[in-house]
Amino acid sequence: MSLGYVIRRLLGAIPLLLGISLILFTIIHLAPGGPLDMYLENPAVSREALDQIAKAYGLDQPVPVQYFLWLKSILVGDWGYSIRTGRPVLTEIVLRLGPTLELGGLALLLSLAIAIPLGIISASRRGSKLDTTVTLASFAGISIPVFWMALLLQLFFSVQMGWLPSAGYKSIGGGDFADRLSHIVMPAAVLSLATVASWSRFIRSGMVDVLNQDYIRTAYAKGRSERGVLLLHALRNAMIPAVTVIAVDFGTVISGAVITETVFAWPGIGRLFMESMDGRDYPMLMGLMMMGSLGIIIANIVADFAYAALDPRIRYG
Amino acid sequence: MTETTTAPLLSIRNLVTEFRTESGIVRAVKGVDLDIESGQTVAVVGESGSGKSVTSLSVMRLLAKGVGSITDGTILFRGRDGQVRDLVQEPETAMRRIRGNEISMIFQEPMTSLNPTQKVGAQIAEAAELHQGLSHRQAWARAVEMLSLVDIPEPERRAQVYPHQMSGGMRQRVMIAMALACNPALLIADEPTTALDVTVQLQILELMRRLQREIGMGILFITHNLGVVAEIADKVAVMYGGRIVETAAVQDLFDRPSHPYTRGLLASLPTVDHAARAAGEVARLRAIPGNVVDPRNPPAGCDFNPRCAWAIEACRAAVPPMLPVEPGHATRCIRWSELDG
Repeated sequence: MSLGYVIRRLLGAIPLLLGISLILFTIIHLAPGGPLDMYLENPAVSREALDQIAKAYGLDQPVPVQYFLWLKSILVGDWGYSIRTGRPVLTEIVLRLGPTLELGGLALLLSLAIAIPLGIISASRRGSKLDTTVTLASFAGISIPVFWMALLLQLFFSVQMGWLPSAGYKSIGGGDFADRLSHIVMPAAVLSLATVASWSRFIRSGMVDVLNQDYIRTAYAKGRSERGVLLLHALRNAMIPAVTVIAVDFGTVISGAVITETVFAWPGIGRLFMESMDGRDYPMLMGLMMMGSLGIIIANIVADFAYAALDPRIRYG
Repeated sequence: MTETTTAPLLSIRNLVTEFRTESGIVRAVKGVDLDIESGQTVAVVGESGSGKSVTSLSVMRLLAKGVGSITDGTILFRGRDGQVRDLVQEPETAMRRIRGNEISMIFQEPMTSLNPTQKVGAQIAEAAELHQGLSHRQAWARAVEMLSLVDIPEPERRAQVYPHQMSGGMRQRVMIAMALACNPALLIADEPTTALDVTVQLQILELMRRLQREIGMGILFITHNLGVVAEIADKVAVMYGGRIVETAAVQDLFDRPSHPYTRGLLASLPTVDHAARAAGEVARLRAIPGNVVDPRNPPAGCDFNPRCAWAIEACRAAVPPMLPVEPGHATRCIRWSELDG
């Protein structure tokens, strides 16, 4: 577990990112339409002007040439300019990163705080009514579509009860803590629903495995209470297999929740992605997706470190 | 609770332990009587499924919750305070104060019986911290002391390592150190040497004998290995099908086995017949014919009768009682006096 190991892992990610970029670039261009199509029927924009814009963005070149142009500039740190807004891709992303980190961070904390106790209790009371209820609720949580859950919450808490604002980052003119909190509660709850459901399943199954181990019997034989055995002996061992899933979900959530942010009009990375999709904003899309890929790669490296921290048998050299 | 100091350290009477399985209730222990005195080693010998491990887990009250339960009998234990308690009736909180403190247990698999994510020192210190009210630092010092007591070299350094960095023999020493950290009155050892190399087995047995002399604890030693029994036990109880079928002082058992099953066990031990080897004959191991009792479907009468060459009609009629052979030696065989004939 050394700095050298991290550097080697990051270097190893370079060919991976190259491959990802090639596939993404191809797929984006396979989608019908292009960034300038929305101006085609606009009488105010002349054919010549469009050609000129296309030329400025290199859109008149064949796709392979466009890819290598993009690659050439990204390698020197130039992420390009958004076709939709004309601002640098990196600036746009950084602007939207804050709200996404707030929402994602809160959702992840919420998920951990709920999933770990649920998993432990479920495993220690295996087969009980509580366990069955948690199991059913988890399957429901994994199965319910995010947008539908979001609409249900909006309908109840905003439309019927009027307790929470239905969407947005903050009220116009508002923005104190209570106002921000009232805006973030629903999207964070929706975002954590699926992660709570899947993490609690993983932690439960990890705990069930561990609780059958001989060293758990040893801990009881030492006179530990059930609570002591669960928290001091079982949990750490049970978290080892769950860490992979949790870390990758961290990467995914932090890279922006497209549906949740769109339904709740949350000004984050996910919504920026949706807007860029609609506008076929190629440089923006590439930037966002490369960021997301990098996020997941880093999450995996973090997962490796979490393994080593949890399990002394694992060492990286 | 009765006040007496002459009672044995552990006195099991008519212990019955049952398990709930998918195919109904299985009786794993069917009325076991067993006494252990301080400083004495009692070996319980039997095949897998004979009920020997279940007996030991019953004493610790560590049967799987909701699956195994003690349905009859008493387990009288004389604690440090001289009070005799029936462990069958003790509440769980009281049992927690006894486990790892007055009664300790070591297990068969030193590879899997230690927590892989905790330093061995912390695992030894845990019991001392729980039961003796030691501070973290004091308990750690106690752990180091225990490691040196079980002959682990460089105990300060070894306390800092994780189980996977130790050999099987070392880990079993750690298990013993852990079990003895609170100077228990009774140590239950469930096949503690079975998973170890033969040379290491002997070292562990010698260590246990030495520590018994120093600490004065009683030992309940569970094994299927009669060679180990000869090495360590004062008294032996042979178990078959959930019952004790023969009990004797160790020398008497080897000199005068009085149950066909005990005889079978002794006959199945490998020996070197020098005359036969010289004559070019290949020595053969003698196995006991048939299989162990199916606990869901035990035979009528004596549990051993389907595998027994001496079985007669009366053996199938009723479970034989324990019959005295000589003082301190009893057998559950109605034909014991005819076995030599």
